[in-house]
Amino acid sequence: MKRVNAVVIGAGAAGGIVAKELATAGLSVVLLERGKWYTAADCRKDDLRNQRTTVLGNAFGPEDDGNPRVIVDANGKSRIVVPSEGSYQNNAACVGGGTLSYGAQAWRYLPQDFRMRSTYGAPAGSSLEDWPISYEDLEPYYDQAEYEIGVSGDYSTTPFHGPRRRDLPMPPLPPNREFAILEPAAKRLGLHPFHLPMLRNSVPYNGRGPCMRCRWCCGFACETDAKNGTQNTVIPIALNTGNCELRTQCMVKEVLTDDRGRATGVAYFDERGRLQTQPADIVVVSSAAIESARLLLNSRSRLYPNGLGNRYDQVGRNLQGHHYTGAIGYFDFETYDDVGPGASIAVMDYNHGTPGLCGGGMLANEFIRLPIHMVGRMPPGTPSWGLAHKQAMRHWHKRSIIIMGPTQQIPSANGRITVDASVRDRFGLPVARIEGNVHPHTFDIGDVQARRAEAWLKEAGAINTSQMAWHPDSVSAGQHQAGTCRMGNDPHSSVVNRNCQLHDVDNVFVIDGSVHVTNGGFNPVLTIMAVAYYASASLVRNWKGTAFRS
Amino acid sequence: MPKAVPRIKLTRRQFALAGALTGAATVIGCRGSNTGNGDSLSDAHARTLAALCDQIIPADDFPSASQVGVVNYIDNQLARHYRLHRAAYRDGLETIDSMSRDRFGIAFADATPAQQLQIALGLEKQHSDFFDLVREHTMEGYYGAPRHGGNRDEVSWRMLGLDDPPLRGRAQYDLRKGGQS
Repeated sequence: MKRVNAVVIGAGAAGGIVAKELATAGLSVVLLERGKWYTAADCRKDDLRNQRTTVLGNAFGPEDDGNPRVIVDANGKSRIVVPSEGSYQNNAACVGGGTLSYGAQAWRYLPQDFRMRSTYGAPAGSSLEDWPISYEDLEPYYDQAEYEIGVSGDYSTTPFHGPRRRDLPMPPLPPNREFAILEPAAKRLGLHPFHLPMLRNSVPYNGRGPCMRCRWCCGFACETDAKNGTQNTVIPIALNTGNCELRTQCMVKEVLTDDRGRATGVAYFDERGRLQTQPADIVVVSSAAIESARLLLNSRSRLYPNGLGNRYDQVGRNLQGHHYTGAIGYFDFETYDDVGPGASIAVMDYNHGTPGLCGGGMLANEFIRLPIHMVGRMPPGTPSWGLAHKQAMRHWHKRSIIIMGPTQQIPSANGRITVDASVRDRFGLPVARIEGNVHPHTFDIGDVQARRAEAWLKEAGAINTSQMAWHPDSVSAGQHQAGTCRMGNDPHSSVVNRNCQLHDVDNVFVIDGSVHVTNGGFNPVLTIMAVAYYASASLVRNWKGTAFRS
Repeated sequence: MPKAVPRIKLTRRQFALAGALTGAATVIGCRGSNTGNGDSLSDAHARTLAALCDQIIPADDFPSASQVGVVNYIDNQLARHYRLHRAAYRDGLETIDSMSRDRFGIAFADATPAQQLQIALGLEKQHSDFFDLVREHTMEGYYGAPRHGGNRDEVSWRMLGLDDPPLRGRAQYDLRKGGQS
């Protein structure tokens, strides 16, 4: 195959941006994606088969057949899991990746989130660390993501955000009923509620119309294309340059290296299962934290017997997602107005500054609940079946509000991805093996967040409440997966440098959530996007025609 | 059961009547779905399952689980996404029938609703894995999207007071006003 300047592996939140930035800078790019490119016709509103409720499978991949992983429980016992099981820690496999079907909350991390260790010190047993880059380094790229991909919202009523060069490009969607109920209550508690930021059109933007406010949002693709992902923004731009070729249903087997240890391209299985080689000057791994680590670990050679970039056994470590906690409140009046996406109001008052806790997280109201989501969320004491349950569904479905949020996870080195050679996927490649658990201090923070959510609901008039706090004994990763190829200055304790370049191999980059040192108390996607713009900019800056020199 | 037997969709009343009159399930149209392969359960098992599903979601002013196609839903999925659960269903449905025969001397599907409730409570205690499986699948079939064979005519959504899905492309506000309602 014809040699290209760059091969980018994964057309998700980060890979789509990298492809666009490199292609518009004049580099020739091949963008490889293991999933399909879905269209509006595939955007079925299926309550049982989407990326959030997966009882009948994932709508946007991967398929349950032929894509196993191994999960190791707290007792060291391993078990094979399929993508529709929660413990698989799935992220979508398609053009756009998670951004095709996400809830699309568009958070910037806070300045302190990049300096967690120097702010709090590392709790015992944790690998809490500072990022080698700061909020200020990323600010221009947060701005670029907000404007190029498209974010609506309004930060003007909260003081808890980092410095911004300008407001968001779109106003927030008009408030729904939950916003109207929760806003005055938050203010009475002395909090600073605001319209949370979303990668969703509130007004016509980027040539597409605004949100139609339906009830099927988080976990579903948008049938009016008002939800902004890489599949309807940067990837089409990349393709329109003429410099980028997108190949779908292509699964990369390994990154290839030469005798001198530099990457020469990738080997991959094409859409018909044939093994192909794509030579390239640069390889960019953007496959999300679990699959990026797996690919590096599966790229073994004489010079890299333990996998690429893994000289110091760092690839795959510090796996983290978010520990979600919160509360549900039940009201004696209707809170449900059937106006999506539902999530509308948030506070950032609790992200930092609680004595005794290393961080916190934002709290927001939950996306609109479909009936299937409420089956297990009836008030405590309600029978789980029978006439009483049916009547409770009737009574409470429109009279409840959920407030919850992503607790910033305290990372630990034992939450990790390795590869399991005894279990293979449909291509014969060793699968990801997920092990470890959440650092216990994370639970301390999550429990406090649940009490805060409950207090907000009570202030809003809830007549009954129930906390949603839990202490799972497995890792958390899922759609918020991060951390497995940590960014850092020291090759002994990190995988890539501050420009997302492997310490070991100067023409291989990891650009996605894998490089996050810590994952903020927020949904991570806007940071993944900002890092992608930031790393692409440095890559383009250092590009010397046909070779790369840092 | 011979495959030639016509598949007939019955209403709840006809269903009950057919069961009462014939004492058999040979014409029960519990597989009258237009989705999936179906055919995962024998008719006897489908009858037992229908009775159990109707304990989990009984009829009141709104239909019961089996009346909106929940047995269809489960039967379809046992041929597809839930094929790993086929053996669990066969064994579990045999178990519930023998529990009923031991206690009341008749098949579960032929017992009175009060007797069925007692058996279901016993099943929940003694065979909670199977009971939870059926409970979850019943809830999915009743409250989930109709395309999979349950929630016929979106009955459960209307029960909860949810309007029909919005029209494709509906916008709830005037674009010229910059996104305000």
